[in-house]
Amino acid sequence: MTTSGRDYTGSELLAVTSARLLRDGQVVFAGVGIPLLAATLAQRLHAPGLTILFEGGVIGAFIEPGKLPPSTNEQRCTRRANMVLGSTDVLLLLQRGYIDVGFMGGAQIDQHGNLNSSFIGDPQRPATRLPGTGGGNDIASLTQMIVAMKHEKRRFVNRVDFVTSPGFLWGADSRREAGLIAGGMYRVVTDLGILGFEEHSKRMELQALHQGVTADQIQANTGFELLIAADLTVTDPPTENELAVLRHLDPERLYTA
Amino acid sequence: MTPDYAELCRRTKERDRSLREKVMSLEEAVALVPDGASVGIGGSTLSRTPMAMIWALIRARRKDLFCARSITSSDGELLFASGTSRHILTSWFSQGIVWGVSRIMRLYTETGRARFEEWSHMAVGLRFRAGAMGVPFLPMRSMMGSDVIGQLAEARQIDCPFTGEKLVLVPALNPDFALIHVQRCDAYGNAQIDGLPFMDLDLAMAANRVILTTERIVSNDQIRRAPDHTKIPFMAVDAVVEVPFGSAPHECYGLYEPLFRHLDAYAAQIRQDAEEGIRAYLERYFYAPKSWTEYLDLLGLEELLDARRRGTSIYDD
Repeated sequence: MTTSGRDYTGSELLAVTSARLLRDGQVVFAGVGIPLLAATLAQRLHAPGLTILFEGGVIGAFIEPGKLPPSTNEQRCTRRANMVLGSTDVLLLLQRGYIDVGFMGGAQIDQHGNLNSSFIGDPQRPATRLPGTGGGNDIASLTQMIVAMKHEKRRFVNRVDFVTSPGFLWGADSRREAGLIAGGMYRVVTDLGILGFEEHSKRMELQALHQGVTADQIQANTGFELLIAADLTVTDPPTENELAVLRHLDPERLYTA
Repeated sequence: MTPDYAELCRRTKERDRSLREKVMSLEEAVALVPDGASVGIGGSTLSRTPMAMIWALIRARRKDLFCARSITSSDGELLFASGTSRHILTSWFSQGIVWGVSRIMRLYTETGRARFEEWSHMAVGLRFRAGAMGVPFLPMRSMMGSDVIGQLAEARQIDCPFTGEKLVLVPALNPDFALIHVQRCDAYGNAQIDGLPFMDLDLAMAANRVILTTERIVSNDQIRRAPDHTKIPFMAVDAVVEVPFGSAPHECYGLYEPLFRHLDAYAAQIRQDAEEGIRAYLERYFYAPKSWTEYLDLLGLEELLDARRRGTSIYDD
């Protein structure tokens, strides 16, 4: 399989790279957009036994190509599912510990993996009111997280304006001390590379670069000082097959424009 | 919003809970809801939205409703812009991710003209569930450490009396009214819901009055042939209104998908000029039509039939 150079969009790179992080047999709670697409891609490629849950109340969905839903609450999300249930009940599965990975997009993230999807600026007088948490806070509070987002300096900030969905809060043990016993940030996948969190400080750490990207370039697009893993690697670019399946799933590039 | 327990029971006991017919028109159902009432809205985002009741409330120029919904889409934009509500409690508020951040939600909340009270999705659900259970609160393990809880005077954090672990307590939400759209029910209000139930079962049992809109009214005999499909019992229901395509332009599981072209055009109109765009939309689709049928006529037979075809063919293979 040859690679196709850069004839793919940043969003496609994001979807393919994050899909690779999912393992066959896992139970994944996926948000709408890139997470839904990437989880479906993983299911079609290397993880046929991946179970996808949606906050609309769906267990084991199998999204039809070309019919991506505009949220995870439409009947399109229930196709070939094993069960539909109430939205409160599907979220309670997180609290009960059934979910391996929570998978969402992000508007703004900080060095400890906290996500903001509520307010840009002062919450009392916001420059921008964003759509809010949805199930994001619940997912990030209760399970291990993968976040897929564009890598831009305005999105990667020292401290988010508002913690909508908790990462490691103030770092070190602060997440556990706040009462969040389970879960935490696992990986942040961007169009430039893959990041994780250093074990003790819980600060964001660069773990892999996408091909043709340098660590300096990533640092320049990040609003705080990144730690760099000793074993920094380079990811394989998307294969023709990965891109073909992805484009088959989203032919109108609803999520990957 | 969390009433005294004796008062909660009194309000339930004084309702006529007998097996009686309660079919009425949209206008008669709207007359039950006074200005300033608290209203739980069923469905989620674009799904099983009780659009016909929202349409009728807006047309009746209701004011200052406090609204609570799991996830709020264009329904919330229309409630804000019409002045029907200036306070919506929900976990997520925008038309849908493919249309970007709601310009109407931004316009109204950033200028303080209306309030978007944000709770986590599970917190909204557990508040309805506590309301349905007749208990004042439920404990949960999310929202801790976040700024979401910092904005919420009504949420409490405690140390568990059994384990010592930190927990969040969310208070019961018992709205005055629940507005719920279903695929079918009988004249008594025995409601059968297909597909995703969202938070509607808890919402129905939490509310002090339930107004059902339904795609069709079936006989009680038909309900009794499949009582396992009945999700909301007649005794919780106060009004039944038959409204075909009652969620349009949103979807109703198994019957029709969203009217995407209409929703795209709506979003484009608002993108061009938020204030004027939604005013013109309300005028054309909400205030001008003489009836729900005339509203459906404006949506157009071609779009409705396309939505119907997509909605009924989703499980064909």
